[in-house]
Amino acid sequence: MSPIGEPFSEGASLAHRLDPRGKMVVATLFAVLVAVAKTYTATLAGLAVALFWLALARLPLKKVVVRLLVVNSFIFFLWFVLPLTYPGEAVWRFGPLAASRQGLLFTGLITLKSNAIIIALIALIATVPVATLGQAMYNLRLPDKLCHLLLFTYRYLYVFEEEYHRLVQAMKVRGFQPRTNLHTYRSYAYLAAMLLVRSLDRADRVFQAMRCRGFHGVFYSLRTFSWQRRDGIFVAVSMLVLMILVFLEWWRPGLMWRRL
Amino acid sequence: MSEPLIEMYDITFAYPGASRPVFEDFNFQLLPEQHIGLVGPNGCGKTTLLHLIMGLLRPQAGKIVIFGQEVSKEKDFVAVRQKVGLLFQNADDQLFCPTVLEDVAFGPLNQGKPPAEAVQIARETMERLGLHGFEDRVTYKLSGGEKKLVSLATVLAMRPQLLLLDEPSTGLDEQTKHRLMHILMDLKIAYMIVSHESDFLSHTTHECCHVHGHCCKPE
Repeated sequence: MSPIGEPFSEGASLAHRLDPRGKMVVATLFAVLVAVAKTYTATLAGLAVALFWLALARLPLKKVVVRLLVVNSFIFFLWFVLPLTYPGEAVWRFGPLAASRQGLLFTGLITLKSNAIIIALIALIATVPVATLGQAMYNLRLPDKLCHLLLFTYRYLYVFEEEYHRLVQAMKVRGFQPRTNLHTYRSYAYLAAMLLVRSLDRADRVFQAMRCRGFHGVFYSLRTFSWQRRDGIFVAVSMLVLMILVFLEWWRPGLMWRRL
Repeated sequence: MSEPLIEMYDITFAYPGASRPVFEDFNFQLLPEQHIGLVGPNGCGKTTLLHLIMGLLRPQAGKIVIFGQEVSKEKDFVAVRQKVGLLFQNADDQLFCPTVLEDVAFGPLNQGKPPAEAVQIARETMERLGLHGFEDRVTYKLSGGEKKLVSLATVLAMRPQLLLLDEPSTGLDEQTKHRLMHILMDLKIAYMIVSHESDFLSHTTHECCHVHGHCCKPE
C-alpha cells in the first residue's frame, strides 16, 4: 500500500522550475500535433524535441526507461497484429500470413509517435506535482469540475485503495480463496459494489465537511504562480519549434514514406 | 442570564425510509460557555443532533434558533457555519487538500480572508495545537492521531464561537488523547462533545447529557 508515487515531480532542473501553465499548454499542443502527424519527418523531429525536453528535466534515466518499457509493452502487441492485417505489398511471408510493407511502416510510425508523446509528457507534465497541476489547470481557466475531479481523485485514490485492502483482508481472514466458481464471482461483485457504495458515502461526508467550513463552490488557491522571463522564452521557442513541426508535416508530405 | 447559543423547539426528524423518527418533539438548549458531553447508545441521535445544528440535515418539523436567529434555509445555515465548527468523526472526511497548510487555510479562505492572512491564521492555529512544522506534510500520510489534531486545527482556524466534536477521542492513543484534552480545556468557547468515553468526558466537560428521542438531559 503506497500513495500514488510521483517520482519525477521533485527536482531542481530547468524543466522543474518552469511555470506549470506554460508547460501544460506546450505539452498539450505538442501531443495533439504529433498525434495527427502522418509523416516520419515530423514524427522523428517531434521525438528529437521530446528528448531535448527530457534532457532539460535531468530525470533519473533508469526510472524513465522503466516507465517507457511499460508503455511499449502495449505497443509490442501492435507489431504482431498490424503488419499482418494492414493491406499492402507483402514483404515477408509465413505460411498463409503476410506482413505488408505499409503495415510495418505504419506500426513504426505509431511506435515513434507514442514514445515522443510519452517522453514529452514525462519531461513537461510529470515534473509537476499533481496538486500543483490541478491549481495550474484552475489558473488556466479550465472547467472547475475538471480541476476538482483531478484533485479529489488524487486525494482519495489512496483512501479507496486502503479501503479495498481492508475489505480484501476481511474476506481473507474468513477463509476466502478466489476460485473459478460462482461464489468467487459473487464475492468480487459484492466487493466492487461495497467499494462503490462506500465511496459514494464518503463523497457525501467530504462534501458535508467542506460545507461546514464555508465552501460555496469556489476554491481559493494559496499557490501563486509567477510567470518569469524564462517561461516566456520557453513558450516562445516551443511555439517556434511546433511551427517547424507543422511545416515539416506539410512540406512535401509523404516524402519519407515513399523513400523508405 | 445570557441568551442561549442554541435553542431547539419541538424538533421532529426521521431518516428517509426509517420506521420511527430519531427525534420527536425534541427540545434542547445550550448556554454560552457550557461544555457538555453528549452520551447515549449507538443510534440514539447524537451525530444527527450535531448535523441538524449545522444544517446538514433538516428537521421535518420544529424550530432551530442559533445565536438568537431562527435558522431554516440553506442561506441561514451558511451563516451558522461561519461561527460554529464541526469536527467530523473520521478525519479522512475532513482533510481533503494535498497539504496540511492548504487544508487549515481552506476555512479562512472561504471566509473571504486574503491568502496571506489565511496562511498567517493557519500557522498560528497550528502553532497553538503543537503542529509546528506540519505545514507541508501530505494529509493522507499523517498518522491517525496527527490527522485528528490537524482536523481540529482546520476547524479552529475559522475561529468559531461554538465547537461541536463528534467522537474526537476514538482511536487515539493515551498521549494524543491527553494532548486533545488539554487543548479542549484551554478553549474559551462553548463546545459539545459526542463520546462513548466517560473518562475523556469527565475531564473535558462540565456535565453529560443523555440524548433521547424527546429531550437531551443531564444524567
